[in-house]
Amino acid sequence: MPSEALLRVENLKVHFPVRHGLFRRAREWVKAVDDVSFSIDRNETVGLVGESGCGKTTLGRAVVRLADPTGGKVFFEDQEISNLPAAKLRPLRRNFQIIFQDPYGSLDPRMTIEDTIGEALDIHRLAESKTARRGRVAELLVSVGLDPSHAQRYPHEFSGGQRQRIGIARALAVKPKLIVCDEPVSSLDVSVQAQIVNLLQDLRDSQGIAYLFIAHDLAVVEHLSHRILVMYLGKIVEQGEATIVIRNPKHPYTQALISAVPVADPESKRARIILSGDVPSPIRPPSGCPFHPRCPLSDGKRCRNEVPLLREITPGHFAACHYAEKG
Amino acid sequence: MPLLEIKNLAIEFVTDHGAVRVVDDVSLSIEPGRTLCLVGESGSGKSVAALSIGRLLPGSARYAVGQVLLNGGDALRMSPAELQTIRGGLVSYVFQEPAASLNPVMRVGTQIKEALRLHQPEVATDEEVVRLLKLVGMPEPELRAREYPFQMSGGMQQRAMIAMALAPQPKLLVADEPTTALDVTIQAQILDLLRELQQSLGMAILLITHNLGIVSDMADEVAVMYAGQIVELSEAEPMLRGPLHPYTRALLDSVPKLAAGKARLAAIPGTVPQPGHFPPGCRFYDRCPTRRPECATIAPELRQIAPRRWVRCDYAV
Repeated sequence: MPSEALLRVENLKVHFPVRHGLFRRAREWVKAVDDVSFSIDRNETVGLVGESGCGKTTLGRAVVRLADPTGGKVFFEDQEISNLPAAKLRPLRRNFQIIFQDPYGSLDPRMTIEDTIGEALDIHRLAESKTARRGRVAELLVSVGLDPSHAQRYPHEFSGGQRQRIGIARALAVKPKLIVCDEPVSSLDVSVQAQIVNLLQDLRDSQGIAYLFIAHDLAVVEHLSHRILVMYLGKIVEQGEATIVIRNPKHPYTQALISAVPVADPESKRARIILSGDVPSPIRPPSGCPFHPRCPLSDGKRCRNEVPLLREITPGHFAACHYAEKG
Repeated sequence: MPLLEIKNLAIEFVTDHGAVRVVDDVSLSIEPGRTLCLVGESGSGKSVAALSIGRLLPGSARYAVGQVLLNGGDALRMSPAELQTIRGGLVSYVFQEPAASLNPVMRVGTQIKEALRLHQPEVATDEEVVRLLKLVGMPEPELRAREYPFQMSGGMQQRAMIAMALAPQPKLLVADEPTTALDVTIQAQILDLLRELQQSLGMAILLITHNLGIVSDMADEVAVMYAGQIVELSEAEPMLRGPLHPYTRALLDSVPKLAAGKARLAAIPGTVPQPGHFPPGCRFYDRCPTRRPECATIAPELRQIAPRRWVRCDYAV
């Protein structure tokens, strides 16, 4: 079935074995991503939010095959990539790139910036000559707001924000159609965050890139995204248009998440929902609705026994809650 | 009398390249039972200023100028024995990374008891440990007291840290980014806990944060730091409603807000200057949207422009 979607994820599962005992047999599994389906259109930004341990990073990595799915399918431009062997996958990889959270850990300290960015060009044979490679690197540095005369410098000579720009230039080098951004601004100073957010927005608009934008900062996600997915314990619990999900959340977890964000406005006197307890262990998730032990709406019966399915509450707005209509 | 009064404090670190001044001309005060938020980005000197209150800085730090008055006594001139009564007794600390601050090979209850033994030996009992853990909302306190830090979540570890900080009944709790390593829902729990404890115990809080949302939630007063100096000092509400220093204004504008539409963010150009490389004249000059030529050379003083309101900009009105 042909579709408009650039990326299509169907019932994706990424389970990690927990090995114990003499024979290291897997007796338990961490269901980091459990039966997740969504799609991203061309030039669309989809935000992915959730607390640490909810599986958002694993989902992002599985989408670009940096983590291998244990079930389900991932299609890129209608070609299934979740089952491709490494050799067949490699030429396709230039279509989907990733930007990591830590601009210190994700650049090789012994490689110049030109080589870091140029390596991507070499692997995909995108530069015919040394001069062409140098020219392309300079062009990329300019496009992310860096001085091309710095190409021979090493990562330690740059600030966190500048390193994140280098990471973005490296991802852009192969002209990808999709970039997974895994917490790209959360380790940056507040005054520098906005620069990177604006840069990502400009690149999207000028080059037609689609993003899967993973972050825990709801305000940043809302700002950049067309649609938002909310994850809890490996499952998507709410999804919909960004402004609608933020203004009118249907899942009690999303409501709590939004109300917990401190707002720098003395006028804002919002009722705060303070959740009790921590995110449960993904090895033994709670029965029924995984959120029921912390949920203010839980009825203690249906919520404990019956897994709520992700269902359409209003057109395009989905929530996995038995009582989503109440919210 | 204020509980804490810092007067014209300057702190330098001795390096191979000479002394680097990281905190310069910092003055602020906290009344008993109040909360002051110290706001700034990395390298602004906010943590160094806060650590100086209990004289917790390493040997390479030099207190160049100024006073740190705690109940009138200058912490910078105290003997080690006097300092020992201040630390814990008057001032307690909670740090950003609970996992890094707790002893990994000691049961949590034993660590809390150690704090009690130092400062309140008469109540260094298991019952008191459990009472403290209950006070900070630890689920199943009797069980948790016997656990090691790695068996707890980040939120629970931070509760244990707060319990330990409260053990000696401090008058001032210095919390250095206590929720930065935590998820928002857990952050909300911890901030709520701090507010409750402040009300029931009447202690003052010096809360260090880079998050202006937390300032709005918690602060009575705010000090905004940039490049080692306080650039704006004010009661919280007036500052959030009408910031006067261009840096404070830019900081408030650069943060995306929930449900606020998709207008382009007002980014602050450039990067935060690092200690040792602070510009001459106004330290925000390079990045300031309203700078004037003279700002490059004339360093502005912190001046009072309204009751309880100070700003370090000659052109702020």
